[in-house]
Amino acid sequence: MDLSQALQMVSRSDAGMVRSHNEDAVFTNAAMGLAILADGMGGYNAGEVASGMATTLLGSELEKAFQKTAPHQVDAAGKLHSHAVLEAEIARANTAIYQAAQSQPQYAGMGTTLVMVAFYDNMMTVAHIGDSRLYRLRGEEFQAITRDHSLLQEQIDSGMITAEEARHSQNKNLVTRALGVDPTVEPEIRDYDTMPGDVYLLCSDGLNDMVEDEEIALTLQALSANLDLAATQLIQTANDSGGRDNVSVVLVRIAREYPAARSWWARLLQWFK
Amino acid sequence: MSAKLILSMDGLVLKEIPLTKERTTIGRKPHNDIQIDNLAISGEHSVIVTILNDSFLEDLNSTNGTYVNGQPIKKHFLQNNDVIELGKYKLKYLNETPTQTTAADFEKTMVLRPDLMKKTAEQTAAKTASPSDTQVGMKALDTHANMAKPAPAAVPAAPQQAVMGAIQVLTGANAGKELELTKNLTTLGKPGVQVAVITRRPHGYFITHVEGANFPVVNGVALDAHPHELKDHDVIELAGVKMEFFIKG
Repeated sequence: MDLSQALQMVSRSDAGMVRSHNEDAVFTNAAMGLAILADGMGGYNAGEVASGMATTLLGSELEKAFQKTAPHQVDAAGKLHSHAVLEAEIARANTAIYQAAQSQPQYAGMGTTLVMVAFYDNMMTVAHIGDSRLYRLRGEEFQAITRDHSLLQEQIDSGMITAEEARHSQNKNLVTRALGVDPTVEPEIRDYDTMPGDVYLLCSDGLNDMVEDEEIALTLQALSANLDLAATQLIQTANDSGGRDNVSVVLVRIAREYPAARSWWARLLQWFK
Repeated sequence: MSAKLILSMDGLVLKEIPLTKERTTIGRKPHNDIQIDNLAISGEHSVIVTILNDSFLEDLNSTNGTYVNGQPIKKHFLQNNDVIELGKYKLKYLNETPTQTTAADFEKTMVLRPDLMKKTAEQTAAKTASPSDTQVGMKALDTHANMAKPAPAAVPAAPQQAVMGAIQVLTGANAGKELELTKNLTTLGKPGVQVAVITRRPHGYFITHVEGANFPVVNGVALDAHPHELKDHDVIELAGVKMEFFIKG
């Protein structure tokens, strides 16, 4: 099923003002309803190898898997196909990156964060690992959908520091989970409903560390009619504020509903609604 | 490069104490890590909990209280140059933020491995930790520090906005109205018909087309899809309305 009429997607990735190369990677396929963003880490070029492997492997494997069986199908055990595929493919990508890191000395210790969304049947399945985020703008309300897997988030959750104090912490860059650093990884996978008019933002920490949430919200509200410009503007704002890290964004706007095509009678029913 | 405290009284520096342990206790009794033998100090007065690069100060229900920068505190997230006061004693907290080049490196995302983290905690608990122990939870910084970095000049100078821009409407129902461009983004026009945005950047104001079949016209010339820098007294035409951009003092 082609979702490109229902989903508008744009992506931008920039090295920033300080770093010499870009260790972020993005992948989008509006027709298949897939958006993936990864922020790599590790010496020399290893970070971009890890993030590139993650987006490429997951992108191509999910395209194949969802073409074979639609993501909304439920298997014998009552599990959504999307969940089964995401779990399996994230585990495979993890193994691939981990083995590359183990076998090639120049890739030792590489890993990547991951945030990815699969849109289907008027909903989305979100998987994430680490501190790359998914935000949602619905009407006036702008909020983070994902919760970072980071030391800072754990400190906030345990009441040790407040969100305001967290902005001044020097432990900003420590993630507690990453893809490809251990033989196994535990992604956080959740489902959410989507509504026409929603704007989703996937971003690396180069955006949300440099630009306040209110500023991001203001940009999306003002420029949601022109996603290309909104994405360019977000990158520019991060760079104008110092651009100390690579900065990447994927923007997705839900243009209209996209119910899954079920059997002929379900479609007929849909048509009469 | 761990954080440290400078103990002083009446402007006289008494001691320099590196914060290497997970818990550094301060009090009058001898078992404290920082013992201050003075009757104004409680037996167990306060404690500093250090987690990697961050330190938290907590008052342990002391009789005379713990003050930071003149304010009484129960619990406080210490920032570089904070001054902790206990009675007549002052403890200055120093946690040098890395310099420009290392700052970039420092912000590199790193994985915190729970197994290593536990080991760090055990080590700190078991023996007096060496300063480097606080770093064990992190992967070693990679060697990028030595690589050529783009000149710092690439980073825009202080983003302080020296000038304030404003828009004055020249024609239509709102003629004469003035709008100060204080936000980083100001949209103009009619949604669904024609919208443009004025962005405030460190080096000036820019106008960009957002939506609509017609592009904004500046000084009689239609813009393309790219941002256009606004100069003092530029005249903008948008959705049939003329307005003037100008710099306010």
